[in-house]
Amino acid sequence: MTKAGAPSPHADLEERARVGRWLVMRTVAASGAGHIGGPMSAMDLLTALYFAVLNIRPDEPDWPDRDRFILSKGHSAIGLYAVMAQRGYFPIDELATFDKGDSRLQGHPDMTRLPGLDASTGSLGQGLAVGVGIALGARLRGRDLRTFVMLGDGECQEGMVWESVAIAARYRLANLVAIVDDNGLQQYGWPAADGPGARDGARDDSRGDRSEPWPRGNLRAVFEGFGWRVLEIDGHDFGAILGACAHAREAGAGKRPTAILAHTVKGRGLSFTEGIHAWHARIPTPDELAAARVELGIDASGEPQ
Amino acid sequence: MRSQRETWADTLTELAATNEEVLVLDGDLGTSTKADVFARRHPDRFLQMGIAEQNMVGVAAGLASMGYVPWLSSFAVFLTHRALDQVRLLVAQPGANVKIGAGYAGLLTGLTGKTHQDVQDLAIMRAMPGMTVLAPGDEFECAAMTRWATDVAGPVYLRLTRDPTPPLFDDTYRFELGRVYPLREGRDALLISTGPQTSRCIEAADLLEVSGISAGVLHVPSIKPVDASAVVAAALGSELLVSVEEHSVLGGLGGLLGEILTTHLPRRLVRIGLEDCWGESAPNDFLLEKHGLSAARITERVMLELQGTPTRRNA
Repeated sequence: MTKAGAPSPHADLEERARVGRWLVMRTVAASGAGHIGGPMSAMDLLTALYFAVLNIRPDEPDWPDRDRFILSKGHSAIGLYAVMAQRGYFPIDELATFDKGDSRLQGHPDMTRLPGLDASTGSLGQGLAVGVGIALGARLRGRDLRTFVMLGDGECQEGMVWESVAIAARYRLANLVAIVDDNGLQQYGWPAADGPGARDGARDDSRGDRSEPWPRGNLRAVFEGFGWRVLEIDGHDFGAILGACAHAREAGAGKRPTAILAHTVKGRGLSFTEGIHAWHARIPTPDELAAARVELGIDASGEPQ
Repeated sequence: MRSQRETWADTLTELAATNEEVLVLDGDLGTSTKADVFARRHPDRFLQMGIAEQNMVGVAAGLASMGYVPWLSSFAVFLTHRALDQVRLLVAQPGANVKIGAGYAGLLTGLTGKTHQDVQDLAIMRAMPGMTVLAPGDEFECAAMTRWATDVAGPVYLRLTRDPTPPLFDDTYRFELGRVYPLREGRDALLISTGPQTSRCIEAADLLEVSGISAGVLHVPSIKPVDASAVVAAALGSELLVSVEEHSVLGGLGGLLGEILTTHLPRRLVRIGLEDCWGESAPNDFLLEKHGLSAARITERVMLELQGTPTRRNA
């Protein structure tokens, strides 16, 4: 945290993430489809990756030596698109085609349609395996690039994730980084104790706020048990994100893949979406969109900048 | 007589000597699929993925995106069933250059039974957009298909069988995608088959000839794509068409022929294969007899059908 009055060292990233959150809300409201909670929890991570971490060329998306990024939690596609558009992969206006017929911006990422995607995802648990293959291939080819894969904590319920975790460790893929957007909520999940634990805004569900964690044990210990290096950070603190990614990138850091467990808040950035499971895939009403615009500091035109 | 699994492994081993992009990923069945032959010769290009087929498919997709030509080594059933969603989303949909070496396909899997027999693979893989589906009939065709699949861009499913197969061709064989092979002419019936089952159909045609019945044999090694007009041309001369496959009668070669004929040449088609049932662990001869796939049972069936006798269901 910066002291009051002092300019944030990451003001540019904060601004991008603020606009990104608005683009998510505006696009999902206009398309009547998509997700809110996951894209918002991942927004700071995605923004940091695309604007400060990944070695990429938006005007040459197939550049062979680029770092690779796979959004394994593919249902957060609109969050990724909001960042890629700002980064120059395609015009921001194109977001209006999200989830429309013949769009390059599919509800779940489709690498055959949109240049710049390194995998087609949307069926949870699969992205890390592709990342393992890319990291292995990069090493066989002698290419000094990094592969980043973003998973959700809910996604880690898929058994396949752990097949990939084990093989990445076996092949000592130090050029592979898994980032877990650990927002602690999923589409429906389990009830927390009803009554006292239930949060305002979640009352539509008579059985608590669905905030009970899945029985994952100690995720850090599980990754470490498989032989990974684990960095735990606040996934909304740009300083921490950049520090962890730089640390993960260090070649001399050993022969282990790195997992960044990023603690995040689902629906982060708006008072009425934060921590509410119902916002997993809810469509904002016109009133909610207006409230979002004001909270995010976007002027009445609805156009960023 | 050589087995397709040996031929496949030998061919890849030979190819890899000059093609540096060829990799083999094994789901810990290398001593069965014969990928161990490749591993001994090219240890740096053999990647043991352990007993985890879903991850193996994804890793292959990633390697393909880095320009490699990864071949998967496992049993067909673990690739088409257990890793189906990964094959669908990570290989077929993006058109990843992954080659599926599907060992132990069909019914004859060495006394392993229902878990290991894949008698739905053709139906499953054929329905997948972007997937090329091949079922070699013998070692020569298997070698040619292995070479072809390595060179062509995009996903290929290669249906490999376990046991030695009698030759249909010789070393002059050249594979052409989609082509069908009339191996014997006949007036009364046409046996249409794929994979090593074709050699049992030729045997059946010999037996039928002794009984005065002239049966042709059409070999269909390209399940997808297939030259439909060539199938129709071959079928024109026979009143009775019989599909014979080491596969369910639902959705495989019989299904494919039904689709073609319904559109282009409405004609009676009898489908021989597994009658929507599960396999079991038993000797090859027993399984072929039980499911109507032995030369003797095919012969019997054709004679019954030609007499207009009601179709006898398998016990």
